[in-house]
Amino acid sequence: MSRQGSRAATTGDDIVADAHSPLAQFEIKTLMPLDLGGVDASFTNASLIMAVVVGLVTIFIVAGMSKATIIPGRFQGMVEFFYEFIANLLKENTGPKGKAFFPLVFSLFMFILGCNLIGLFGAITVTSHIIVTFALAFMVITVVTVVGFVKHGTHYFSYFAPAGAPMWLMPLMIPLEIISYLIRPISLSVRLFANMVAGHVMLGVLGTFVVGLGGLFFALGAIPLAAIPLIFALEVLVALLQAYVFAILTCIYLNDAIHLAH
Amino acid sequence: MPQFDPAIFSPLLVWLILTFVALYLLMSKLALPKVAAIIDQRAERIEGNLAKAEQLRAEAANVLLAYEKAMADAKAAAQAELAKAGAEIAAETAKREVEFAKRLAEQTSVAEGRIKAAKTEALAQVKAIATDLAAGIAGKLTGAGVDQAAAGAAVDAIVKERA
Repeated sequence: MSRQGSRAATTGDDIVADAHSPLAQFEIKTLMPLDLGGVDASFTNASLIMAVVVGLVTIFIVAGMSKATIIPGRFQGMVEFFYEFIANLLKENTGPKGKAFFPLVFSLFMFILGCNLIGLFGAITVTSHIIVTFALAFMVITVVTVVGFVKHGTHYFSYFAPAGAPMWLMPLMIPLEIISYLIRPISLSVRLFANMVAGHVMLGVLGTFVVGLGGLFFALGAIPLAAIPLIFALEVLVALLQAYVFAILTCIYLNDAIHLAH
Repeated sequence: MPQFDPAIFSPLLVWLILTFVALYLLMSKLALPKVAAIIDQRAERIEGNLAKAEQLRAEAANVLLAYEKAMADAKAAAQAELAKAGAEIAAETAKREVEFAKRLAEQTSVAEGRIKAAKTEALAQVKAIATDLAAGIAGKLTGAGVDQAAAGAAVDAIVKERA
């Protein structure tokens, strides 16, 4: 397999091979091949965008707070808005014990939000890659599980046997609870992935229509063109909402592990 | 979909870990403490101002209390002064009344004495005149000289008889 150019195009998928396909935007392009002890660690367009998001988020906060005053200006107020937003989300859902996880939840929210939004402006949407969203969700569930066992030891297993449920229901409840616990990383990652893919495919398809219909008859292209700003606005909302959903679910799972409550 | 090509998983995961760990460290060590510092500072400032306001309020309440006390004291002092002045005036009035009554009584008794003396004198003169008249009339009627002493005795007898 060639490390140069489009990776996906080399997999033999015919749809992807077409550069104008709505799926072409999800292709990973290697910018600099890199091998770390047999592991493919090539610097790709996705790596670049993730690094850019990290840089932008850091600059946003550091620059916003560079001339921090007691009475905030607009820029500082915006930074503080994000800070307070996530801080309140965490406090409302996990209580004071969840404070240690603030940097994690904040980083997750800003990373996902940054990736979602930057994807709407032509860059590759990293969060439309299932492996990325799954890795993030898996990390969240791992942290939650570790926190649960560290805080409660083997008592954490009692999480799978809901208190108050009748004994005869236990053979049914316990497997269900275990399945629901194991399904969390999947639902968490698929939700974000599917939302991002759907929106971007729709925008891509509309864009193709503008060109296609406009090529047939100029005025026809105006119909999908008019829809694009509306879909775009909707996608901005979805980008915000999905980052929020990911953050709030992380908080809820953390609360379950910290307080051993359903 | 290109997302399901397993060949891209490895570079995506490697760079996701690298960038996300970098973001986590930048946030937890650099960016978030800056925001927390200013928010804490603001909270402290607000708390400080609230405490100061509470202290000022307590001070104002104390001042009001002191003012009310001073007012009450002044009122009490004024009332005491008024009562004292009233008592003094009453005492002076009583003294003057007593003095006036005494003087009045003295003057009355002097006047009464004078009236009595005048009356006695007048009565004596009436007797002398009556004696003279009686002696004169009797002298004229009888043509003979009448003894003054006898006339006096006669007048006395008549006066006594009429009294």
